[in-house]
Amino acid sequence: MTAAAPKPLLRLARVSKSFGGITALSNVSLAIRPGRMVGVIGPNGAGKTTLFNIVTGALRANSGEITFAGEPITSWPTHRIVRAGIARTFQNIRVFAGMTVWEHLLVAQPHRGTGIRRFLPARWADPAAWARAEDALVFFGLKDYRARIARTLPYGMQRKVEMARAVTAGPRLLLLDEPVAGMNHDEADELAALLKDLQRRGLTILLIEHDMAFVMKLCDDLYVLDFGALIAAGAPAEIRSDPKVIDAYLGSEA
Amino acid sequence: MSTYYAGLLADVGILLLGAFSVYIILATGQLSLGNAAFMAIGAYVASFLTVEADWPLTPALVAAALACCIVGVIVGFPALRLKGIYLAMATLGFGEMVRSFFLNFERMGGAGGFHGMKHVSLPYIWAWAGGVLLLVIAVERSRLWLEMRAIHDDETVAGLIGVDTTATKVGAFGVGAAVAGIAGGLFAHQHVYIEPANFGFERSIDLVLAVILGGSTVGAGALIGAALLVLLPEWLRVLADWRLAAFGALLIIVLLTRRQGILDRPLLAKLTRGAR
Repeated sequence: MTAAAPKPLLRLARVSKSFGGITALSNVSLAIRPGRMVGVIGPNGAGKTTLFNIVTGALRANSGEITFAGEPITSWPTHRIVRAGIARTFQNIRVFAGMTVWEHLLVAQPHRGTGIRRFLPARWADPAAWARAEDALVFFGLKDYRARIARTLPYGMQRKVEMARAVTAGPRLLLLDEPVAGMNHDEADELAALLKDLQRRGLTILLIEHDMAFVMKLCDDLYVLDFGALIAAGAPAEIRSDPKVIDAYLGSEA
Repeated sequence: MSTYYAGLLADVGILLLGAFSVYIILATGQLSLGNAAFMAIGAYVASFLTVEADWPLTPALVAAALACCIVGVIVGFPALRLKGIYLAMATLGFGEMVRSFFLNFERMGGAGGFHGMKHVSLPYIWAWAGGVLLLVIAVERSRLWLEMRAIHDDETVAGLIGVDTTATKVGAFGVGAAVAGIAGGLFAHQHVYIEPANFGFERSIDLVLAVILGGSTVGAGALIGAALLVLLPEWLRVLADWRLAAFGALLIIVLLTRRQGILDRPLLAKLTRGAR
């Protein structure tokens, strides 16, 4: 990276993590610049989800440093990391079982103002949050499903609810764990358009994905993990022709 | 109103408060089988203050609630490490611990019990019960309550959307315990005599049962549960010795047909929409 490049929003410096004797991540360093759409690819078990878990504080790295927007977040509790501006979705959908779509959009919003308003009916105690939830409902095309229990919706729709929940948390960095897994072609296209739109609104996006066509089309930068180690980083075109990546992951077809 | 029904309605109000203490803690996904212990602490603290220290009842109840809140927070911290059945067992143990403490606490009568409290009026009990009911209904529509439900549904994800799960869960224990303390204080001044046996395991189960039967996802459910739990065995008196068996059978039928309890969010929404 050249000296002229903007300061990275998220930086991992030599992060390692092992479970018992198994190394999940070894000396991974990366720098995500603000406003970019960045993909993390690699075969199953390469450590991609572990990477997300460590960034969000769900797991602790054995060694290494993580900085977000200049702050050392390595040992922060999860809720503090989230409030600093990192939100995520999950590989296997995790919507709240008892909540409607609408409630998902309200619950994740960061607290603004203090004290007593948290205890009062949200509709009039926090009209701003109410309005933002309304916006998100429209943006994600969920208006017709407002009062539905999220878990009763079709799979692709649940993914959208999960993503909308993450976005309403007001992140600067959005981590998406296989956002188009299980979606059909049209749904994936629609999601890609949504992500582009979010990026245009200033969001930095880091996503794990197996759908190569999707990643190559959408991402500005790619990182390739294999057996917990970073084996390549660069623009999609460079990655596609990198012999190490072809060997480890893409195969000769790509 | 006959004294018979006045007594029953007083019991409904007190049970409602006790049920809320379970409901508030359960809203964060924690099942407590030891809330009778908080009632016991509330009952003994309030009774001590009114009888021995000549306090008026209302400040005595507030003090009892505060004392219970502190104990609740202390219990809430180890509870963080336990889930489901293990938490239920631990709170059950806590309940028995408190009960046997008062059994051996001679200063407050020990096994012989404690008396000298002045009887409270039915409206006074319902001022508390109704007040807490309204408060619960208001808070149920707040951001805080949504966060509690998020913890109930998926604690990990709740943390990942910025909910401070530790503070919220411990706080719920503290507030739930405080409400149980008020219930206990009112119980002592309704029955004007207390003994440790009043606050055993059966009492804790009653509190949970009122919530489960009435509907564990809406506060108004506790009202239905508390009313049924007190009134149904009375109405079944025609069955004489069989009434408790009949009550048990009814309970099983309700839970088989409506696992979520009699009242749930969709039903409540339908009812309130119909009223408009």
